[in-house]
Amino acid sequence: MEGEEETSAGAMIDEIYSNGGDAKRNRPIISGEALDIEAYASLYSGRTKITRLLFIADRCENRQMQMEAYRMAYDEIKKGENTQLYREVVQKIDERLGPQYGLDVPWTEAVDRKAEQRKEKLENELNAYRTNLIKESIRMGYNDFGDFYYAHGLLADAFKNYVRTRDYCTTSKHIIHMCLNAILVSIEMGQFTHVTSYVSKAEQTPEAVDPVTVAKLRCAAGLAHLEAKKYKLAARKFLETGAELGNNYTEVIAPQDVATYGGLCALASFDRTELKQNKVIDNLNFRNFLELVPEVRELIHDFYSSHYASCLDYLGNLKANLLLDIHLHDHVETLYDQIRHKALIQYTHPFVSVDLRMMANAFKTSVAGLEKELEALITDNQIQARIDSHNKILYARHADQRNATFQRVLQTGNEFDRDVRAMLLRANLLKHEYNHKASRKL
Amino acid sequence: MDNVEAVVTQIQGLSGGSSDVSVLHSFLKQADDLLHTESTRLAPFLDQLDPSIHSLGYLYLLEACTSTPILKEQANQLVVSIASFINNCAAEQIRLAPDKFVILCKRLRDQVILLEAPMRGVAPMLTAVHKLQSSSELLTALHPEFLLLCLLAKCYKTGLRILEDDIFEVDLPRDFFLYCYYGGMICIGQKRFCKALELLHNVVTAPMSTVNAIAVEAYKKYVLVSLIHNGQFSATFPKYTSSVAQRNLKNFSQPYLDLANSYSSGKISEVEKSIQTNREKFEADKNLGLVKQVVSSMYKRNIQRLTQTYLTLSLQDIASTVQLNGPKEAEMHVLQMIQDGEIFATINQKDGMVSFQEDPEQYKTCEMIEHVDSSIQRIMALSKKVTAMDELLSCDPLYLAKAGRERQRFDFDDYDTVPQKFNI
Repeated sequence: MEGEEETSAGAMIDEIYSNGGDAKRNRPIISGEALDIEAYASLYSGRTKITRLLFIADRCENRQMQMEAYRMAYDEIKKGENTQLYREVVQKIDERLGPQYGLDVPWTEAVDRKAEQRKEKLENELNAYRTNLIKESIRMGYNDFGDFYYAHGLLADAFKNYVRTRDYCTTSKHIIHMCLNAILVSIEMGQFTHVTSYVSKAEQTPEAVDPVTVAKLRCAAGLAHLEAKKYKLAARKFLETGAELGNNYTEVIAPQDVATYGGLCALASFDRTELKQNKVIDNLNFRNFLELVPEVRELIHDFYSSHYASCLDYLGNLKANLLLDIHLHDHVETLYDQIRHKALIQYTHPFVSVDLRMMANAFKTSVAGLEKELEALITDNQIQARIDSHNKILYARHADQRNATFQRVLQTGNEFDRDVRAMLLRANLLKHEYNHKASRKL
Repeated sequence: MDNVEAVVTQIQGLSGGSSDVSVLHSFLKQADDLLHTESTRLAPFLDQLDPSIHSLGYLYLLEACTSTPILKEQANQLVVSIASFINNCAAEQIRLAPDKFVILCKRLRDQVILLEAPMRGVAPMLTAVHKLQSSSELLTALHPEFLLLCLLAKCYKTGLRILEDDIFEVDLPRDFFLYCYYGGMICIGQKRFCKALELLHNVVTAPMSTVNAIAVEAYKKYVLVSLIHNGQFSATFPKYTSSVAQRNLKNFSQPYLDLANSYSSGKISEVEKSIQTNREKFEADKNLGLVKQVVSSMYKRNIQRLTQTYLTLSLQDIASTVQLNGPKEAEMHVLQMIQDGEIFATINQKDGMVSFQEDPEQYKTCEMIEHVDSSIQRIMALSKKVTAMDELLSCDPLYLAKAGRERQRFDFDDYDTVPQKFNI
């Protein structure tokens, strides 16, 4: 069973990225095994590739993987013009990769000089356009400035310049172009509130937007919701992303990521009907994405068919690699906890009584640990049940509405009685005080 | 001498019908100073009068007689005489001179405390309270005195009987504060924490123009009783609390608020720590006993929470969850709670297990129906009272004057609900 999955997945992945290079990768990329850095990095392009590689290198404990990540980051940076980042990476590498990965001073100087020249040229051009008051040229001027700053890693300036083009946008296309740029820079800077606002701005343009852009905007919105810990909204956005996304947004997100983020968020926050009918399992569109990460697909299916042990197994395997993802890493724990709790609740839901020993087996945990987890869920009122600690059985318990109503009625009556009496007393005191004052005045 | 004799004859003559009594009353008011000057020689004249018939006159004479400083030897005799007077006097007559009566009873209280036998004063004071109040809804100046004697004599049950009456009218705010404060203490002594909370709440939220010491002390006890009874304390005051109280009460009770904060953490160790740091302050306020009750209430609350989650639980697990010292102690606590009716459970000593059960109350018995019915009647009566009070107030000239004053002066087109006459 496993072999079949891998080869079919492997073949599809080979199709997706053509720079498979020398070795044929027939293992899926985000999998339970150690992360294949080259394959992972090849999913992305631009600045995010570098950022992700650096993040992996910082977090990874495996020396070999770390070095490989730094090496690839170095190569990638050298292709660009970001000398600041270059210096940082060289410092982190710290001569450990050999002489050709040291600080290449002539290169940095050349790049810096070129940058100065280019900046001057752009400034002159922009001033000329501004005096001429040609809207389109001014817009292009600011845009070029934005691109320039972005390439050199000055993200705040890039953002400012992109936003300045807003006043000179004439068609919807311009507006969308500006929004996409702003979104890109905001994601890099980690300011996801801007992302949300620019996504909504782009979606409000009167003309129809082409499907690729729609897919891009949905991804961006999903990322913003993920960072804001609104997992349900994030899942919805990711699930609505069209398959047209393909490889068109590799400067931000890869289709595998859409599948992983969407799948995990959906599992953590959707209820059962949503999971099946509306959104995930029967969602043909999303199925294309899920094929890219068969482990996530398998774990969703296992959860739905109540094979909790294998579902939690897959989750455990994926954890190490997910912790290396820049967007997901600080949400992994929360999402995992939520999925685990949902599994526990779903397990106990159909039964009147549950043997805790069998349940502990199903979840591959000890009875004592399971008891503690169930206690927390019961106290939170997520499971209506009581634990018989002597025989280790969980009994479902439904509140007696009639008794509860009587209790509430009597309590309300008492409170009313008490409050009205107190109020009459206070009114009396006030009247007395007032009379006292009035009589003194008179 | 003659004048006093003249007074006595007047008393004897005019103590018949109610019109005579009112004449006598005005006469006595004029003769009051005379009586006070002759106070040392009044004792033999008292024997000529019968307290039950000549109550008003007897009262004046007795009050004048006791106005001089009393020697220790005479105190006993004095207590006896005042007590017998109170028992025998006629209520209608003394209600004509309530101030004198109150002064007399306060002297009784002083003497009884001086003699260090507050118990002797309890019964007479109770009779005095009943005779003085024209209706059970009226708070007199004697109520707090009575409660104070009950507290000192430690006979709380008698005090409770008075507290059962609902009070709706108050003469002096100070009486009210003292009444509620002492009443709260008596209820705490009887472990009726619900009623104590209500009384202390009334003190804390009563309208006041300046902070008084009674409110401060009451607030401290209020925090502690709230923790014991409700398991939580909210530091926000209700809207109707006076602004003076809202601003100042917290400043005096910081140690108690700290204790409330550590209680909300749910850990015994934190509460113990908080108590240790503020121990002297609690002792100085004489609240240490109450603080210890707060700690034991915490154990109770933790055990109660377990009943929501478990059907059966071993004593060992209870001890470890609630942070007790061992299964034996857990057993003791659970046993005590079962006896007090705070939880429903059975202890199986052989297995060391406790089984928790549901509240067996089914709300199907006749007693329950009667209880609900009487509550309904009571609340209907209360609503009627509120409506009546509202109507009364809207006819009150002082209130109308104030409302008239604050009305806009220039809205001639609007319908005037307050007549112009009250535009003072």
